[in-house]
Amino acid sequence: MNDDLYHERLVALARAADNAGVVSPPALSGEADNPLCGDRVRMTLRVKDGRIAALAHKTRGCLLCEAAAAAIGRRAPGSGIEDVHSIAARLRDWLKNGTDLPAGTWPELADFAPVRAVKSRHDCVLLPFDALIQALKEVDPR
Amino acid sequence: MSFDVASLRAQFPILSERPGGRPIHYLDNAATAQTPQSVIDTVSRHEATSRGNIFRGIHRLAEMATEAYQNARGDVARYLGVADPDEIVFTGGTTAGINLLAHAYGDTLNHGDEILLSDLEHHSNIVPWQMLRERSGIVLRWLPVTDEGRLDLDALARQIGPRTRLIALSHVSNVTGAETDVGRVVEAARPVGARVMLDGAQRAPHGPLDLPALGVDFYVFSGHKVYGPNGIGALWGRREWLEALPPFLGGGHMIHRVARERSSYADIPHRFEAGTMPIAQAVGMAAALRWSMALDWKEATAHTQRLTERLLHGIASIDGTRIVGPLGLQGRIGVVSFDMPGLHPHDICQILDGHGVALRGGHHCCQILMDRFDLAGTTRASIAPYNDDADIDACIDGLKDAVRRLR
Repeated sequence: MNDDLYHERLVALARAADNAGVVSPPALSGEADNPLCGDRVRMTLRVKDGRIAALAHKTRGCLLCEAAAAAIGRRAPGSGIEDVHSIAARLRDWLKNGTDLPAGTWPELADFAPVRAVKSRHDCVLLPFDALIQALKEVDPR
Repeated sequence: MSFDVASLRAQFPILSERPGGRPIHYLDNAATAQTPQSVIDTVSRHEATSRGNIFRGIHRLAEMATEAYQNARGDVARYLGVADPDEIVFTGGTTAGINLLAHAYGDTLNHGDEILLSDLEHHSNIVPWQMLRERSGIVLRWLPVTDEGRLDLDALARQIGPRTRLIALSHVSNVTGAETDVGRVVEAARPVGARVMLDGAQRAPHGPLDLPALGVDFYVFSGHKVYGPNGIGALWGRREWLEALPPFLGGGHMIHRVARERSSYADIPHRFEAGTMPIAQAVGMAAALRWSMALDWKEATAHTQRLTERLLHGIASIDGTRIVGPLGLQGRIGVVSFDMPGLHPHDICQILDGHGVALRGGHHCCQILMDRFDLAGTTRASIAPYNDDADIDACIDGLKDAVRRLR
Protein backbone atom coordinates (compact mmCIF):
# COMPACT_ATOMS: atom_id res chain seq x y z
CA MET A 1 0.00 0.00 0.00
CA ASN A 2 2.77 2.43 0.99
CA ASP A 3 4.89 1.37 -1.96
CA ASP A 4 2.11 2.55 -4.28
CA LEU A 5 1.28 5.72 -2.40
CA TYR A 6 4.46 7.68 -3.01
CA HIS A 7 4.95 6.86 -6.66
CA GLU A 8 7.24 8.86 -8.87
CA ARG A 9 4.62 11.04 -10.59
CA LEU A 10 3.04 12.07 -7.30
CA VAL A 11 6.39 12.95 -5.73
CA ALA A 12 7.29 14.93 -8.88
CA LEU A 13 3.96 16.76 -8.76
CA ALA A 14 4.49 17.73 -5.13
CA ARG A 15 8.03 18.91 -5.83
CA ALA A 16 6.88 20.91 -8.87
CA ALA A 17 4.79 23.05 -6.50
CA ASP A 18 3.08 24.81 -9.42
CA ASN A 19 2.01 28.33 -8.58
CA ALA A 20 3.28 28.25 -5.02
CA GLY A 21 3.14 31.69 -3.49
CA VAL A 22 0.65 34.48 -3.11
CA VAL A 23 -1.38 36.39 -5.71
CA SER A 24 -0.81 40.08 -5.29
CA PRO A 25 -3.87 42.02 -4.13
CA PRO A 26 -6.63 42.52 -4.98
CA ALA A 27 -7.32 38.83 -4.41
CA LEU A 28 -9.73 36.42 -2.82
CA SER A 29 -8.28 34.18 -0.18
CA GLY A 30 -9.24 31.05 1.67
CA GLU A 31 -7.53 29.00 4.33
CA ALA A 32 -7.99 25.43 5.52
CA ASP A 33 -6.45 23.72 8.54
CA ASN A 34 -6.21 20.08 9.46
CA PRO A 35 -6.39 20.11 13.28
CA LEU A 36 -5.13 16.51 13.45
CA CYS A 37 -1.71 17.32 12.04
CA GLY A 38 -1.47 21.12 11.96
CA ASP A 39 -1.24 21.27 8.17
CA ARG A 40 -2.45 24.49 6.59
CA VAL A 41 -3.15 25.67 3.04
CA ARG A 42 -3.84 29.24 1.98
CA MET A 43 -5.19 29.90 -1.50
CA THR A 44 -5.17 33.37 -3.02
CA LEU A 45 -6.80 34.05 -6.37
CA ARG A 46 -8.43 36.49 -8.70
CA VAL A 47 -11.68 35.79 -10.56
CA LYS A 48 -12.77 37.39 -13.82
CA ASP A 49 -15.95 36.64 -15.79
CA GLY A 50 -16.70 33.48 -13.80
CA ARG A 51 -13.23 32.02 -14.31
CA ILE A 52 -10.12 31.86 -12.13
CA ALA A 53 -7.78 34.41 -13.65
CA ALA A 54 -4.85 33.86 -11.29
CA LEU A 55 -4.18 31.55 -8.35
CA ALA A 56 -1.39 30.76 -5.92
CA HIS A 57 -1.11 28.59 -2.83
CA LYS A 58 0.95 28.57 0.33
CA THR A 59 1.06 25.01 1.57
CA ARG A 60 2.44 23.68 4.82
CA GLY A 61 1.58 20.04 4.52
CA CYS A 62 2.54 16.48 3.73
CA LEU A 63 3.52 15.29 0.29
CA LEU A 64 -0.06 14.32 -0.59
CA CYS A 65 -1.28 17.76 0.42
CA GLU A 66 1.53 19.46 -1.50
CA ALA A 67 0.76 17.39 -4.59
CA ALA A 68 -2.94 18.26 -4.44
CA ALA A 69 -2.10 21.95 -4.04
CA ALA A 70 0.26 21.71 -7.02
CA ALA A 71 -2.48 20.09 -9.13
CA ILE A 72 -4.73 23.01 -8.29
CA GLY A 73 -1.93 25.45 -9.02
CA ARG A 74 -1.38 23.83 -12.40
CA ARG A 75 -4.98 23.39 -13.53
CA ALA A 76 -7.24 25.85 -11.74
CA PRO A 77 -6.03 29.05 -13.47
CA GLY A 78 -8.30 29.45 -16.49
CA SER A 79 -10.95 27.08 -15.13
CA GLY A 80 -14.53 28.17 -14.56
CA ILE A 81 -15.77 28.44 -10.98
CA GLU A 82 -18.51 25.90 -11.73
CA ASP A 83 -15.94 23.43 -13.03
CA VAL A 84 -13.76 23.86 -9.96
CA HIS A 85 -16.69 23.16 -7.65
CA SER A 86 -17.61 20.10 -9.68
CA ILE A 87 -14.05 18.73 -9.72
CA ALA A 88 -13.69 19.19 -5.96
CA ALA A 89 -16.97 17.35 -5.34
CA ARG A 90 -16.09 14.51 -7.72
CA LEU A 91 -12.63 14.12 -6.20
CA ARG A 92 -14.17 13.86 -2.73
CA ASP A 93 -16.64 11.21 -3.91
CA TRP A 94 -13.94 9.31 -5.76
CA LEU A 95 -11.70 9.19 -2.67
CA LYS A 96 -14.30 8.52 -0.02
CA ASN A 97 -17.14 6.72 -1.79
CA GLY A 98 -15.40 4.78 -4.53
CA THR A 99 -17.15 6.49 -7.44
CA ASP A 100 -15.42 6.83 -10.78
CA LEU A 101 -13.34 9.85 -11.63
CA PRO A 102 -15.11 11.13 -14.76
CA ALA A 103 -13.23 11.83 -17.94
CA GLY A 104 -12.40 15.49 -18.34
CA THR A 105 -11.24 16.09 -14.77
CA TRP A 106 -7.70 17.26 -14.26
CA PRO A 107 -5.33 14.45 -15.35
CA GLU A 108 -3.13 14.76 -12.25
CA LEU A 109 -5.98 13.66 -10.01
CA ALA A 110 -5.73 10.06 -11.23
CA ASP A 111 -2.28 9.94 -9.64
CA PHE A 112 -3.98 10.01 -6.24
CA ALA A 113 -5.65 6.63 -6.88
CA PRO A 114 -3.55 4.73 -4.29
CA VAL A 115 -4.72 7.17 -1.60
CA ARG A 116 -8.26 5.82 -1.90
CA ALA A 117 -7.24 2.72 0.06
CA VAL A 118 -5.79 4.78 2.93
CA LYS A 119 -8.71 6.48 4.65
CA SER A 120 -6.55 8.35 7.15
CA ARG A 121 -4.95 10.28 4.27
CA HIS A 122 -8.04 11.34 2.29
CA ASP A 123 -8.20 14.69 4.07
CA CYS A 124 -4.55 15.37 3.17
CA VAL A 125 -5.58 15.47 -0.51
CA LEU A 126 -8.78 17.40 0.12
CA LEU A 127 -7.28 20.14 2.31
CA PRO A 128 -6.11 22.36 -0.62
CA PHE A 129 -9.51 21.95 -2.26
CA ASP A 130 -11.19 23.02 1.00
CA ALA A 131 -9.03 26.16 0.98
CA LEU A 132 -9.92 26.80 -2.67
CA ILE A 133 -13.67 26.44 -2.04
CA GLN A 134 -13.29 28.71 0.98
CA ALA A 135 -11.67 31.37 -1.20
CA LEU A 136 -14.41 31.08 -3.82
CA LYS A 137 -17.13 31.61 -1.20
CA GLU A 138 -16.53 35.33 -1.51
CA VAL A 139 -17.88 35.24 -5.09
CA ASP A 140 -19.97 32.05 -4.94
CA PRO A 141 -21.29 31.51 -1.42
CA ARG A 142 -22.76 28.02 -1.95
CA MET B 1 21.94 -11.34 34.27
CA SER B 2 20.85 -9.42 31.21
CA PHE B 3 17.28 -8.28 30.72
CA ASP B 4 15.25 -11.11 29.17
CA VAL B 5 13.33 -9.12 26.59
CA ALA B 6 12.25 -12.25 24.68
CA SER B 7 10.31 -13.63 27.63
CA LEU B 8 8.84 -10.18 28.30
CA ARG B 9 7.69 -9.92 24.68
CA ALA B 10 6.08 -13.34 24.94
CA GLN B 11 3.71 -11.92 27.55
CA PHE B 12 2.27 -9.48 24.96
CA PRO B 13 0.20 -11.42 22.43
CA ILE B 14 -0.10 -8.52 20.00
CA LEU B 15 3.67 -8.47 19.48
CA SER B 16 3.51 -11.83 17.71
CA GLU B 17 0.77 -10.69 15.34
CA ARG B 18 1.76 -10.02 11.71
CA PRO B 19 -0.64 -7.44 10.28
CA GLY B 20 0.00 -7.07 6.56
CA GLY B 21 2.32 -10.09 6.76
CA ARG B 22 5.05 -8.18 8.61
CA PRO B 23 6.25 -8.33 12.21
CA ILE B 24 5.10 -5.45 14.43
CA HIS B 25 7.75 -2.96 15.53
CA TYR B 26 5.63 -0.99 17.95
CA LEU B 27 7.23 2.35 18.81
CA ASP B 28 4.08 4.35 19.55
CA ASN B 29 4.06 3.52 23.24
CA ALA B 30 3.72 7.15 24.32
CA ALA B 31 0.32 7.19 22.62
CA THR B 32 -0.88 3.81 23.87
CA ALA B 33 1.17 0.99 25.35
CA GLN B 34 0.38 -2.64 24.58
CA THR B 35 -1.17 -4.87 27.19
CA PRO B 36 0.07 -8.21 28.58
CA GLN B 37 -1.95 -11.41 28.56
CA SER B 38 -2.32 -11.25 32.35
CA VAL B 39 -4.30 -8.01 32.03
CA ILE B 40 -6.46 -9.36 29.22
CA ASP B 41 -7.15 -12.47 31.34
CA THR B 42 -7.97 -10.43 34.44
CA VAL B 43 -10.48 -8.23 32.60
CA SER B 44 -12.00 -11.25 30.86
CA ARG B 45 -12.24 -13.20 34.13
CA HIS B 46 -13.81 -10.25 35.92
CA GLU B 47 -16.45 -9.84 33.24
CA ALA B 48 -17.09 -13.59 33.14
CA THR B 49 -17.26 -14.20 36.90
CA SER B 50 -17.68 -10.95 38.86
CA ARG B 51 -19.64 -8.52 36.71
CA GLY B 52 -22.08 -6.42 38.68
CA ASN B 53 -22.61 -2.83 39.72
CA ILE B 54 -20.61 -1.63 42.68
CA PHE B 55 -21.40 -0.44 46.22
CA ARG B 56 -25.19 -0.71 46.44
CA GLY B 57 -26.05 -4.17 45.18
CA ILE B 58 -27.09 -6.68 47.85
CA HIS B 59 -26.02 -9.78 46.04
CA ARG B 60 -22.90 -11.84 45.60
CA LEU B 61 -21.84 -10.49 42.20
CA ALA B 62 -22.19 -6.88 43.35
CA GLU B 63 -20.06 -7.68 46.38
CA MET B 64 -17.41 -9.34 44.24
CA ALA B 65 -17.35 -6.42 41.81
CA THR B 66 -17.12 -3.93 44.69
CA GLU B 67 -14.26 -5.83 46.26
CA ALA B 68 -12.39 -5.99 42.95
CA TYR B 69 -12.92 -2.26 42.35
CA GLN B 70 -11.77 -1.29 45.84
CA ASN B 71 -8.80 -3.63 45.64
CA ALA B 72 -7.91 -1.91 42.38
CA ARG B 73 -7.84 1.40 44.25
CA GLY B 74 -5.41 -0.15 46.70
CA ASP B 75 -3.16 -1.34 43.87
CA VAL B 76 -3.07 2.17 42.36
CA ALA B 77 -2.13 3.59 45.77
CA ARG B 78 0.69 1.05 46.11
CA TYR B 79 1.96 1.90 42.63
CA LEU B 80 2.05 5.59 43.49
CA GLY B 81 3.66 4.94 46.88
CA VAL B 82 0.83 6.44 48.91
CA ALA B 83 -0.61 4.89 52.06
CA ASP B 84 -4.24 5.99 51.81
CA PRO B 85 -6.30 4.38 48.99
CA ASP B 86 -9.05 6.94 49.56
CA GLU B 87 -6.72 9.52 48.04
CA ILE B 88 -7.10 7.69 44.70
CA VAL B 89 -9.94 8.89 42.46
CA PHE B 90 -10.68 6.80 39.40
CA THR B 91 -11.15 8.91 36.27
CA GLY B 92 -11.56 8.35 32.56
CA GLY B 93 -7.85 9.10 32.04
CA THR B 94 -5.35 11.92 32.35
CA THR B 95 -7.51 14.41 30.45
CA ALA B 96 -10.53 13.61 32.62
CA GLY B 97 -8.40 13.94 35.77
CA ILE B 98 -7.13 17.38 34.79
CA ASN B 99 -10.62 18.52 33.85
CA LEU B 100 -11.87 17.31 37.23
CA LEU B 101 -9.21 19.41 38.95
CA ALA B 102 -9.84 22.41 36.69
CA HIS B 103 -13.45 22.39 37.85
CA ALA B 104 -13.13 21.30 41.47
CA TYR B 105 -9.90 23.09 42.36
CA GLY B 106 -10.83 25.85 39.94
CA ASP B 107 -14.00 26.51 41.96
CA THR B 108 -11.85 27.43 44.95
CA LEU B 109 -9.94 30.12 43.03
CA ASN B 110 -10.70 33.82 42.72
CA HIS B 111 -10.49 36.32 39.89
CA GLY B 112 -6.82 37.21 39.45
CA ASP B 113 -5.43 34.04 41.03
CA GLU B 114 -2.64 32.56 38.94
CA ILE B 115 -1.88 29.11 37.55
CA LEU B 116 1.55 28.36 36.13
CA LEU B 117 1.75 26.08 33.09
CA SER B 118 4.54 25.59 30.58
CA ASP B 119 5.08 25.81 26.85
CA LEU B 120 5.60 22.06 26.57
CA GLU B 121 2.30 20.97 28.06
CA HIS B 122 -0.04 18.61 26.25
CA HIS B 123 -3.27 20.33 25.21
CA SER B 124 -5.01 18.38 27.99
CA ASN B 125 -2.99 20.39 30.51
CA ILE B 126 -3.67 23.70 28.77
CA VAL B 127 -7.21 23.83 27.44
CA PRO B 128 -9.02 22.92 30.72
CA TRP B 129 -7.18 25.80 32.44
CA GLN B 130 -7.97 28.18 29.57
CA MET B 131 -11.63 27.22 29.95
CA LEU B 132 -11.34 27.91 33.68
CA ARG B 133 -9.81 31.29 32.82
CA GLU B 134 -12.86 32.08 30.71
CA ARG B 135 -15.21 31.02 33.52
CA SER B 136 -13.55 32.70 36.46
CA GLY B 137 -10.95 35.21 35.36
CA ILE B 138 -7.88 33.43 36.66
CA VAL B 139 -4.53 34.31 35.08
CA LEU B 140 -2.34 31.78 33.26
CA ARG B 141 1.40 32.16 33.34
CA TRP B 142 3.87 30.16 31.31
CA LEU B 143 7.25 28.59 31.93
CA PRO B 144 9.43 28.71 28.79
CA VAL B 145 11.26 25.74 27.29
CA THR B 146 15.00 25.51 26.66
CA ASP B 147 16.55 24.73 23.29
CA GLU B 148 17.07 21.20 24.61
CA GLY B 149 13.33 20.75 25.10
CA ARG B 150 13.38 20.98 28.89
CA LEU B 151 11.42 23.24 31.18
CA ASP B 152 13.40 26.39 31.89
CA LEU B 153 13.23 26.13 35.66
CA ASP B 154 15.50 29.16 36.03
CA ALA B 155 12.40 31.13 35.06
CA LEU B 156 10.39 29.79 38.02
CA ALA B 157 11.28 32.72 40.26
CA ARG B 158 10.01 35.18 37.65
CA GLN B 159 6.77 33.31 36.97
CA ILE B 160 5.74 32.52 40.55
CA GLY B 161 4.23 35.23 42.70
CA PRO B 162 1.94 35.79 45.68
CA ARG B 163 -1.15 35.02 43.57
CA THR B 164 0.18 31.68 42.26
CA ARG B 165 -2.23 29.01 43.45
CA LEU B 166 -1.28 26.04 41.29
CA ILE B 167 1.68 24.89 39.22
CA ALA B 168 0.52 22.27 36.70
CA LEU B 169 3.31 20.64 34.69
CA SER B 170 4.20 17.49 32.82
CA HIS B 171 6.30 15.04 34.80
CA VAL B 172 7.79 13.95 31.46
CA SER B 173 7.23 15.67 28.10
CA ASN B 174 5.31 13.59 25.57
CA VAL B 175 7.36 15.25 22.80
CA THR B 176 10.92 15.70 24.04
CA GLY B 177 11.00 12.91 26.64
CA ALA B 178 12.59 15.33 29.13
CA GLU B 179 11.87 14.63 32.78
CA THR B 180 10.99 17.56 35.02
CA ASP B 181 13.14 18.26 38.06
CA VAL B 182 10.15 18.09 40.39
CA GLY B 183 12.15 18.97 43.48
CA ARG B 184 12.94 22.43 42.13
CA VAL B 185 9.30 23.03 41.25
CA VAL B 186 8.05 22.00 44.70
CA GLU B 187 10.75 24.08 46.38
CA ALA B 188 9.66 27.14 44.41
CA ALA B 189 5.95 26.51 45.07
CA ARG B 190 6.04 26.15 48.83
CA PRO B 191 7.00 29.71 49.89
CA VAL B 192 3.92 31.13 48.14
CA GLY B 193 1.62 28.27 49.19
CA ALA B 194 1.04 27.12 45.62
CA ARG B 195 -0.03 23.52 44.98
CA VAL B 196 1.77 21.35 42.44
CA MET B 197 0.00 19.05 40.00
CA LEU B 198 1.93 16.69 37.75
CA ASP B 199 0.63 15.27 34.51
CA GLY B 200 2.12 11.80 34.85
CA ALA B 201 0.80 10.34 31.60
CA GLN B 202 4.31 9.76 30.23
CA ARG B 203 6.16 9.00 33.46
CA ALA B 204 3.72 6.54 35.03
CA PRO B 205 4.41 3.80 32.42
CA HIS B 206 8.07 3.70 33.42
CA GLY B 207 7.80 2.16 36.86
CA PRO B 208 6.30 2.67 40.31
CA LEU B 209 6.40 6.12 41.88
CA ASP B 210 6.93 7.60 45.31
CA LEU B 211 4.63 10.61 45.32
CA PRO B 212 5.18 11.57 48.98
CA ALA B 213 8.92 11.77 48.24
CA LEU B 214 8.22 13.92 45.17
CA GLY B 215 6.31 16.32 47.39
CA VAL B 216 3.57 17.15 44.90
CA ASP B 217 -0.11 17.65 45.73
CA PHE B 218 -1.93 16.11 42.75
CA TYR B 219 -0.93 13.49 40.18
CA VAL B 220 -2.84 12.20 37.16
CA PHE B 221 -2.20 9.37 34.71
CA SER B 222 -3.95 7.08 32.20
CA GLY B 223 -4.56 3.33 32.24
CA HIS B 224 -3.92 2.74 28.56
CA LYS B 225 -0.40 4.14 28.80
CA VAL B 226 0.50 1.89 31.77
CA TYR B 227 -0.21 -1.34 29.83
CA GLY B 228 -3.87 -1.36 30.91
CA PRO B 229 -7.28 -0.74 29.34
CA ASN B 230 -8.65 2.43 27.74
CA GLY B 231 -11.22 4.61 29.44
CA ILE B 232 -9.67 4.54 32.90
CA GLY B 233 -7.10 6.55 34.78
CA ALA B 234 -6.52 7.96 38.22
CA LEU B 235 -6.14 11.24 40.05
CA TRP B 236 -4.23 11.22 43.29
CA GLY B 237 -4.57 14.14 45.67
CA ARG B 238 -3.51 14.72 49.24
CA ARG B 239 -6.45 13.93 51.53
CA GLU B 240 -6.65 17.43 52.99
CA TRP B 241 -6.84 18.90 49.50
CA LEU B 242 -9.36 16.48 48.09
CA GLU B 243 -11.56 16.92 51.17
CA ALA B 244 -11.53 20.68 50.65
CA LEU B 245 -12.70 20.45 47.03
CA PRO B 246 -16.29 20.54 45.81
CA PRO B 247 -17.46 17.75 43.50
CA PHE B 248 -17.19 18.09 39.74
CA LEU B 249 -19.77 15.77 38.18
CA GLY B 250 -23.08 15.28 39.98
CA GLY B 251 -25.12 12.10 39.95
CA GLY B 252 -25.54 8.80 41.66
CA HIS B 253 -23.07 7.50 44.23
CA MET B 254 -21.31 10.84 44.80
CA ILE B 255 -23.96 12.02 47.30
CA HIS B 256 -24.48 11.73 51.03
CA ARG B 257 -28.14 12.83 50.94
CA VAL B 258 -30.34 14.35 48.26
CA ALA B 259 -33.30 16.59 49.04
CA ARG B 260 -35.30 19.09 47.03
CA GLU B 261 -33.61 22.06 48.64
CA ARG B 262 -30.04 20.86 48.49
CA SER B 263 -27.84 17.82 48.43
CA SER B 264 -24.82 16.89 50.47
CA TYR B 265 -21.91 14.97 49.14
CA ALA B 266 -20.09 11.75 49.90
CA ASP B 267 -16.63 11.57 51.40
CA ILE B 268 -13.58 11.23 49.16
CA PRO B 269 -12.96 9.52 46.83
CA HIS B 270 -16.64 8.77 46.11
CA ARG B 271 -17.51 12.46 45.93
CA PHE B 272 -15.58 12.55 42.64
CA GLU B 273 -16.89 9.28 41.18
CA ALA B 274 -20.40 10.08 39.99
CA GLY B 275 -22.43 7.41 38.23
CA THR B 276 -21.32 3.91 37.38
CA MET B 277 -17.58 3.94 36.96
CA PRO B 278 -15.63 1.85 34.39
CA ILE B 279 -15.30 -1.10 36.77
CA ALA B 280 -13.68 -3.73 34.57
CA GLN B 281 -11.28 -1.09 33.28
CA ALA B 282 -10.27 -0.19 36.85
CA VAL B 283 -9.71 -3.87 37.60
CA GLY B 284 -7.67 -4.17 34.40
CA MET B 285 -5.58 -1.10 35.15
CA ALA B 286 -4.81 -2.51 38.60
CA ALA B 287 -3.72 -5.78 36.98
CA ALA B 288 -1.43 -3.79 34.68
CA LEU B 289 0.08 -1.95 37.64
CA ARG B 290 0.63 -5.24 39.49
CA TRP B 291 2.35 -6.56 36.36
CA SER B 292 4.50 -3.44 36.31
CA MET B 293 5.34 -3.69 40.01
CA ALA B 294 6.56 -7.25 39.42
CA LEU B 295 9.00 -6.07 36.75
CA ASP B 296 12.62 -5.38 37.67
CA TRP B 297 12.59 -1.71 36.73
CA LYS B 298 16.30 -1.27 37.33
CA GLU B 299 17.00 -3.76 34.55
CA ALA B 300 14.08 -2.58 32.44
CA THR B 301 15.27 1.01 32.63
CA ALA B 302 18.83 0.02 31.72
CA HIS B 303 17.36 -1.84 28.73
CA THR B 304 15.17 1.07 27.54
CA GLN B 305 18.05 3.50 28.04
CA ARG B 306 20.28 1.34 25.86
CA LEU B 307 17.58 1.23 23.18
CA THR B 308 17.11 5.00 23.46
CA GLU B 309 20.83 5.51 22.91
CA ARG B 310 20.73 3.19 19.88
CA LEU B 311 17.77 5.13 18.51
CA LEU B 312 19.36 8.53 19.12
CA HIS B 313 22.57 7.44 17.39
CA GLY B 314 20.65 5.94 14.48
CA ILE B 315 18.59 9.08 13.94
CA ALA B 316 21.65 11.29 14.24
CA SER B 317 23.33 9.26 11.49
CA ILE B 318 20.71 10.43 8.97
CA ASP B 319 21.80 13.65 7.29
CA GLY B 320 20.02 16.80 8.34
CA THR B 321 17.91 15.19 11.02
CA ARG B 322 17.39 17.20 14.18
CA ILE B 323 16.41 15.75 17.55
CA VAL B 324 13.75 17.85 19.30
CA GLY B 325 14.72 17.12 22.88
CA PRO B 326 17.75 16.15 24.93
CA LEU B 327 20.55 14.60 22.87
CA GLY B 328 21.84 12.50 25.76
CA LEU B 329 20.28 10.03 28.17
CA GLN B 330 20.45 12.16 31.30
CA GLY B 331 17.04 13.22 32.63
CA ARG B 332 15.04 11.77 29.78
CA ILE B 333 13.01 8.69 28.91
CA GLY B 334 12.76 6.87 25.58
CA VAL B 335 10.38 9.31 23.93
CA VAL B 336 12.36 10.65 20.96
CA SER B 337 11.03 13.33 18.61
CA PHE B 338 12.83 14.48 15.51
CA ASP B 339 12.51 16.67 12.45
CA MET B 340 13.71 15.62 9.01
CA PRO B 341 13.74 18.79 6.88
CA GLY B 342 11.74 18.44 3.68
CA LEU B 343 9.93 15.35 4.94
CA HIS B 344 6.52 15.61 6.55
CA PRO B 345 5.96 13.49 9.71
CA HIS B 346 2.86 11.85 8.26
CA ASP B 347 4.69 10.84 5.10
CA ILE B 348 7.50 9.42 7.25
CA CYS B 349 5.01 7.48 9.38
CA GLN B 350 3.29 6.15 6.27
CA ILE B 351 6.57 4.86 4.83
CA LEU B 352 7.54 3.39 8.21
CA ASP B 353 4.17 1.65 8.42
CA GLY B 354 5.22 -0.15 5.25
CA HIS B 355 8.20 -1.46 7.25
CA GLY B 356 5.91 -2.63 10.06
CA VAL B 357 7.09 0.21 12.29
CA ALA B 358 4.47 2.15 14.25
CA LEU B 359 5.53 5.75 14.90
CA ARG B 360 3.57 8.91 15.64
CA GLY B 361 3.75 12.08 13.54
CA GLY B 362 2.22 15.50 14.00
CA HIS B 363 2.00 18.11 16.72
CA HIS B 364 1.38 15.53 19.46
CA CYS B 365 -1.26 17.83 21.00
CA CYS B 366 1.56 20.27 21.80
CA GLN B 367 1.08 23.12 19.34
CA ILE B 368 2.62 25.72 21.66
CA LEU B 369 5.78 23.61 21.85
CA MET B 370 5.76 23.18 18.05
CA ASP B 371 5.60 26.99 17.72
CA ARG B 372 8.53 27.23 20.16
CA PHE B 373 10.62 25.15 17.76
CA ASP B 374 9.07 26.70 14.64
CA LEU B 375 7.75 23.34 13.47
CA ALA B 376 4.34 22.16 12.30
CA GLY B 377 5.06 18.75 13.75
CA THR B 378 7.65 16.13 14.53
CA THR B 379 8.02 12.39 14.11
CA ARG B 380 8.16 10.50 17.39
CA ALA B 381 9.39 7.06 18.40
CA SER B 382 8.64 5.97 21.95
CA ILE B 383 10.10 2.96 23.70
CA ALA B 384 8.67 0.45 26.19
CA PRO B 385 10.52 -2.35 28.00
CA TYR B 386 9.20 -4.95 25.52
CA ASN B 387 10.94 -3.26 22.59
CA ASP B 388 14.16 -4.77 21.31
CA ASP B 389 17.08 -4.05 19.02
CA ALA B 390 15.12 -5.30 15.99
CA ASP B 391 12.47 -2.60 16.61
CA ILE B 392 15.07 0.16 16.68
CA ASP B 393 16.93 -1.18 13.65
CA ALA B 394 13.71 -1.49 11.64
CA CYS B 395 12.92 2.10 12.54
CA ILE B 396 16.30 3.40 11.40
CA ASP B 397 16.17 1.35 8.18
CA GLY B 398 12.68 2.70 7.51
CA LEU B 399 13.77 6.29 8.10
CA LYS B 400 16.62 5.87 5.61
CA ASP B 401 14.14 4.45 3.10
CA ALA B 402 11.83 7.45 3.69
CA VAL B 403 14.72 9.81 2.91
CA ARG B 404 15.51 7.89 -0.28
CA ARG B 405 11.92 7.95 -1.48
CA LEU B 406 10.69 11.35 -0.38
CA ARG B 407 13.62 13.75 -0.56
